[in-house]
Amino acid sequence: MTLKVITANEAIAEAVKLSKPKVVPVYPITPQTTISEYLAKFVSNGDLEAEYIRVESEHSALSAAIGASGTGVRVFTATSSQGLMLMHEIIFAAAGMRMPIVMADANRAISAPLNIWNDQQDSISQRDSGWMQIYVENAQEALDSVIQSYKVSENDNVLLPSMVCLDGFILTHTVEPVDIPDPELVEKFLPEFEPKYAFLDPTRPMSLGSLTDPDYYMEARYQVEEAMENSLEVIKNVDDEFGEIFGRKHGLVEPYKCDDAEIVIVAMGSICSTIRTVIDDLREKGEKIGLLKIRVYRPFPSEEINKILRDVPKVAVVDKNVSFGTGGALYNDIKVKTDKEAYDFIIGLGGRDITPIEIEEIIEKTKNPVKDVTWIGLKGGSQ
Amino acid sequence: MKIPEEELFAPGHRGCAGCGATIGVRLALKVLGKNTVAISATGCLEVISTPFPETAWEIPWIHVAFENAGAVASGVERALKAQGKEDVNVVAFGGDGGTADIGMQSLSGAMERGHNLIYICYDNEAYMNTGIQRSGSTPYGASTTTSPHGTESFGEDRPKKNMPLIIAAHGVPYVATASISYPEDFMKKVKKAAETNGPAYIHLNQPCTTGWGYDPSKTIELGRLAVETGSWSLYEIVEGEFKLTYKPQIRKPVNEYLNAQKRFKHLSDEEKEKIQEYVDKQCAELGI
Repeated sequence: MTLKVITANEAIAEAVKLSKPKVVPVYPITPQTTISEYLAKFVSNGDLEAEYIRVESEHSALSAAIGASGTGVRVFTATSSQGLMLMHEIIFAAAGMRMPIVMADANRAISAPLNIWNDQQDSISQRDSGWMQIYVENAQEALDSVIQSYKVSENDNVLLPSMVCLDGFILTHTVEPVDIPDPELVEKFLPEFEPKYAFLDPTRPMSLGSLTDPDYYMEARYQVEEAMENSLEVIKNVDDEFGEIFGRKHGLVEPYKCDDAEIVIVAMGSICSTIRTVIDDLREKGEKIGLLKIRVYRPFPSEEINKILRDVPKVAVVDKNVSFGTGGALYNDIKVKTDKEAYDFIIGLGGRDITPIEIEEIIEKTKNPVKDVTWIGLKGGSQ
Repeated sequence: MKIPEEELFAPGHRGCAGCGATIGVRLALKVLGKNTVAISATGCLEVISTPFPETAWEIPWIHVAFENAGAVASGVERALKAQGKEDVNVVAFGGDGGTADIGMQSLSGAMERGHNLIYICYDNEAYMNTGIQRSGSTPYGASTTTSPHGTESFGEDRPKKNMPLIIAAHGVPYVATASISYPEDFMKKVKKAAETNGPAYIHLNQPCTTGWGYDPSKTIELGRLAVETGSWSLYEIVEGEFKLTYKPQIRKPVNEYLNAQKRFKHLSDEEKEKIQEYVDKQCAELGI
């Protein structure tokens, strides 16, 4: 174990080094770029024995990742925002072809207007693709989630790609102390990937990515649904095993002071840290507020969420994304999968700062609701 | 030249009678052999060869999308290298749309990065899979469903994009043109491409019975007419050195080629003369 003070991007790169992918096709984009740079340096110095492909676009990054993964080796790539949008077509292909690729997404707003700062619209817009998605709160969780994701993605009952989503700049460019696990322990936890089913091998020829007519297509899609359902159990087991070896667990969701809460805030990513400090302050004043952090967003952990929210009267959902006309994605999921009285708060788009004052405003607006969906922190007041 | 009898592209695929693309694949695989991984761009070849759960491919094969065969092949090649399987041939097949139009960026990246792979463009000069729409590789004067001739149009009004020279400009070690109607010439080029250390590009002319409009029994004949009239030429560029690999003794008039196809039937004598002049100029430049 080594303690290092590093950014979440460097933590991601360290996790990749420990996970030993054989091929790394990447294309730089703010605020993901330093991941590409760290990995290039690792490969150049021989610290990571991988083929680093300097592709000409994100579209090709993921395409090359599928080609490489198709031969049965472990693969890593990373992107952000516009890059993820350019990948969109291939994102679906990676999941449909059941490639256990792990990709980091440095969460950033989507153009137009052009904006390089944080929100989660980019990865949220890929939620229906068949990728598992983890939203991390800090650099340590970023590192741990990459290593865990390989083990989950490569599980025979899953075989779906994973997206580790980390808030742009807030996490990607902010240093924190991070425990770098011992390589030997990671090796034990995550041995070299050995594909069992479909891979490109001249001694066992098979065709990957066929044309599929209405007789077969729907079953192929249903198998993705089943794999996604299977992954819930696998993620829990992998997290447990990780906890036994490394002494840290992260869970599908993470409740904070929810037991007696009159209002629970449901949120994803780095904002959870801010929300906790606000809750601590309010609890001192006697206000019963809790937080439910959704770490694993796809698969959606409905059972755990319902368990925690069972006796909670009101829910405030925080969304750094919007599906115009219906509120944020997380709000919509909570409304579908629970029967809670819930209100949605669209916040922090394009890197707009989220302060404790806005979190308090969310709580106040949940106590005295006026509308279902409120945009917080707009110039001239919330709407 | 002894042509191996073993077929690595099985019959029973859904290609049209007289399909030129499948002839090209069969010939290429006879040279490359079993120790090969193939990558396909979306297109005719991909849909006719892998109607799930069937496949015509007797070697490992992967398809991901339309515009990314170059990138997928790049990933395959590097992953095989990482596993010490550098002896495996990596060959990508893209149609003219998947190569000259939508797949250009991905192909350019693959060529420029120096991957040890072969890219074969099977050029039938339009989007045949979707029903004969014009591509950047459609020749001047051809009538397609998106460049139809009419009272205000004689069909495609731009000359064919010169893909082999665009790839040659990347400085790749091996670039060649070929035709399915000259199998020995094509197969020799596939062999050279396989022996090349680095990227190799072969632009393969292949008549399309459906898109060009001729009797399915005439595919080889049409390919020959293309070359014998100078409408298509056979050459290679090895480490930047240009060399013709076939020169018609007497170049036939372009009309013989044009008149054999429905896609040129509408052309006036004046337009046909323009095409002859264009072909003459091209041939003069190439030394034919």
